Amino acid sequence: MSVATAGARTRVRSDDAVVAALRARWRLWALLAVVVGWIVIWWFAEGKHTLEISTSAITDVHARLQDLSDSVSNAFASQSNWLVAAVNYFADKLDLWFTRLQHLFTVAPFPRPLPQVGWLGTIALAALVTFAVSGWRLVLLVVPAFLLFGTLGYWTDSIDTLLITLFCVVIACVFGIPLGVWMAHSKVVTAIVTPVLDVMQTMPSFVYLLPAAILFDIGPAAAIMVTLVYAVPPVVRIGAHGIRTVNPGVLEATSSLGQSRLQRLTKVELPLAKRTIIVGVNQTTMAALAMATIAAYIDGPGLGQPVLDGLQRGQLGTGFVAGTCIVILAVMLDRVTTAASVRAEQARRAGDRRRRLRRLVLVIGSVGTLIALYLSHIYVWANEFPSRPDLGTPISNAVDDFGTWLLTDLSGFTSSIQTGFTNHFLNPVQSVVAESPWFVTGTAILLIAAIVGGVRAFVASVVCLAGIYALDLWYNAMVTLTSVLVATVFVVAIAVVLGVAMGRSLAVDRGLRPLLDAGQTIPPFVPLMFVLILFSSNRFTAIIAAVIYAVPIATKLVADGVRGVSAETIEASRSTGANRWQEITKVQLPMARGSVLLATNQGLLYVLSMVVIGGMVGGGALGFDIVKGFRQADYAGKGLAAGITVVLLGIMLDRITTYGAQRASGSSQPSSRRLTRLRFAERLAPNRGRV
Amino acid sequence: MRVKRTQGAIAALVTASALTLGACGGDSIKNADQPAGGKDCGEMNMAVNPWVGYEADAHVVGYLAQTRLGCTVNYKNLDEQVSWKGFGSGSVDVVIENWGHPELQKKYMSDQGGDGTAVDAGLTGNDGIIGWYVPPWLAEKYPDITDWKNLNKYADMFKTSESGDLGTLYDGDPGFVTNDEALVKNLDLDFKVVYAGSENALIQDFRNAQQNKTPMIGYFYEPQWFLSEVPLVKVDLPKYTEGCDADPEKVACDYPPYPLNKVVSSSFADSGSPAYDLVKAFKWTNDDQNLVAKYIAEDQMDPDDAAKKWIDANPDKVDAWLKAAGVSS
Repeated sequence: MSVATAGARTRVRSDDAVVAALRARWRLWALLAVVVGWIVIWWFAEGKHTLEISTSAITDVHARLQDLSDSVSNAFASQSNWLVAAVNYFADKLDLWFTRLQHLFTVAPFPRPLPQVGWLGTIALAALVTFAVSGWRLVLLVVPAFLLFGTLGYWTDSIDTLLITLFCVVIACVFGIPLGVWMAHSKVVTAIVTPVLDVMQTMPSFVYLLPAAILFDIGPAAAIMVTLVYAVPPVVRIGAHGIRTVNPGVLEATSSLGQSRLQRLTKVELPLAKRTIIVGVNQTTMAALAMATIAAYIDGPGLGQPVLDGLQRGQLGTGFVAGTCIVILAVMLDRVTTAASVRAEQARRAGDRRRRLRRLVLVIGSVGTLIALYLSHIYVWANEFPSRPDLGTPISNAVDDFGTWLLTDLSGFTSSIQTGFTNHFLNPVQSVVAESPWFVTGTAILLIAAIVGGVRAFVASVVCLAGIYALDLWYNAMVTLTSVLVATVFVVAIAVVLGVAMGRSLAVDRGLRPLLDAGQTIPPFVPLMFVLILFSSNRFTAIIAAVIYAVPIATKLVADGVRGVSAETIEASRSTGANRWQEITKVQLPMARGSVLLATNQGLLYVLSMVVIGGMVGGGALGFDIVKGFRQADYAGKGLAAGITVVLLGIMLDRITTYGAQRASGSSQPSSRRLTRLRFAERLAPNRGRV
Repeated sequence: MRVKRTQGAIAALVTASALTLGACGGDSIKNADQPAGGKDCGEMNMAVNPWVGYEADAHVVGYLAQTRLGCTVNYKNLDEQVSWKGFGSGSVDVVIENWGHPELQKKYMSDQGGDGTAVDAGLTGNDGIIGWYVPPWLAEKYPDITDWKNLNKYADMFKTSESGDLGTLYDGDPGFVTNDEALVKNLDLDFKVVYAGSENALIQDFRNAQQNKTPMIGYFYEPQWFLSEVPLVKVDLPKYTEGCDADPEKVACDYPPYPLNKVVSSSFADSGSPAYDLVKAFKWTNDDQNLVAKYIAEDQMDPDDAAKKWIDANPDKVDAWLKAAGVSS
């Protein structure tokens, strides 16, 4: 948004600011009335009609889902149906290709004692590819990153994760880009595909694991499939967006030359949309990496495994070092793909001389790479990563010592904080939400949805709540909802404080942003291990873990919103003698309201996607039911019900906040409409602050 | 033209230097020799269920099969039920530590009326125990707490923010077999079952409880490496008698003893592989397993290194197993 138009808009806005403020007040009063009414009814009816069922209980609905999942799983085992056979065939083929890839780089193909290509060849190849797609500067990032994987002691696991990520990205693009192109050209396809993408991207990543485990059994095949499915949406969505926004003037000019549709696509649309499509590839890559890590739960290969082992055996150091490798990998992949999209532009403009120089370097590099590949195929020293210098062990030991210190000196104090918070805040709130009769809570939620998000939010909530009721997990859903809401309050509070600081000062931004990037890419289990020591296993621990997971994205959104407030507006408010506090609360935050609501929306969805992990550290409720679903075959049906319930909760919260955000920012910030539209892309792009 | 010539020259230079470097550069990779074994071993697919004790068993057997019998051992991180399912499809050959599971036996073992894809391969020598445990400081201070009849007397002490007016009884992983909700109800205990959520969460809670001298009672089991770090004390529940746990809703007695056994796929048992003989002969004690598990969990050794360390220190036991597999060492 240009500064000039923003300034003009501000002037127009100041007139209807009063009306808007009144309206906002009206909504606040209505919300307050609903909450008070809710509490009064709860006071008299606490504990009645709560629909609570015991952890081991299975209802008819769950039994039916169980039968369904059994029959699907049997169909997959026996391959009776052609569709099943086709999917299975596809999964088997992928698994086979991936195994071949592993035999090249990470797994020793018997009787050869080492993989075909060792570290020297792998690094040379990576450097060459990086140079070819992203330029020489990125080589200076990629080579040290690879060397770090080795010296930290996770060479094989890191390469495995890299392989599975790239493998899935390539296949995701093979399917995703054509689908995106089709979407851009057909309104019907758009209408069909968009809601599917919406649901796919609202669905917490852990929920994907259960169906994958049912269909393909636990193992690398399931891990590949789940990573692939999770990675497809961004490239489809952003690819379609890229092609749709190709300048219509250019299209008209070229079609007047009488070119065919195919020519138009390959000669005009794809080249012009190339940059945007590569942005899509970037986000698909980040999504694939995130899922490849989580897929350790269903025995996917790579870095997720040591992280999960660290959690299962309480080895802080191991988990931390492996987590660091994931962060390095994420930063590397993000920078390389981002640079690739910039290069796509530069390459076209580059002069003849540069191009010749580049070709020369490429030729020499290829020869060098071939030699490195040959050496690492033949010699042990070039194949097995040297065990010295060893950075991993000292770091791991230091982290373990840190953990011991936390346990001995701090955990007594922190657990008293946990007790106080739970008794005086969490338990009362949970009691109101979950211990009220179900129809009271349901009505209250619907009223709140209507007030915040209008009619569309109300309708969406009716559908979702009806679904939750029908799945027989109402009580657990409400317990989970409470934790999600409480965690989101924390997330938004922290995000506003940090985001305002970042938005107002570039220095703070530069200091915090790398931390936020790391926070977004480190697998959630890693911070969880520390939280678990401090607070033991209970709902509070699950809430803190969710807060840590969601704060980075929310903070970035708030920071961008605050920075988006035009300098003129700030100047104007200063001239009226506003102090810093007034400047923040009266100008910057209200102007950035759309971003704050968007941050709330993202915060809710991020928090919700931590529910399953929360179930592993005492969060109970739906998270526990889901994990139980993929741990015990008899509870798969209940687990599925819990998974769908989480998705319904997610859609409901998403609709309420999205429509709320649109309403709140409709008049003040047109740019936030664009933000809302691209918010899914944002959510899937752990490393990118701005779209 | 000039560019081309430079390219050629550089390429030649690089190739030449690489060849000289290669000529004097270290050991080259040679294919592994077939280790001296009696019969050809082939592949062994070893399921690895998600607890450290199991991993200890799996890697001790797997390491021997790999290094002494020349098998290709594939480790597969799988849950118990999925592992059994894998017997039929051929993706799993061995479950090296099985905790009972009559329901799976009925489904897969022919002598129990199943489809015959699974075969019992004898006991591991480990005795599995499931029960309720308290940290040692608590048992020392209140010696009578280890009798379930006194638990209500102390219930107040176990109150936490998670259980309201009742005491908290911690349970573990969603995958574990548990009767605890029924037990609390049927024994009229003023407790509420709270799920810690995972083995590690449970261990961390017990560790905190011992460290900070806070009261805690929870579900736990042996053999288990953590007991060598914090020797938890078992609470006595009403004695187990045959069939007292038949109805899961009405259970009011302790968990049965679990003599842990090995289960293999019938195709593996019929294959004549020496690895099957090794699996059948494998037998050790709870202390043995706890030691290897401690190497893995507490000393953070690679499971194969941990296995090797124990194997090198216990040649007698190992030789007996290998002898059964037709290899003299």
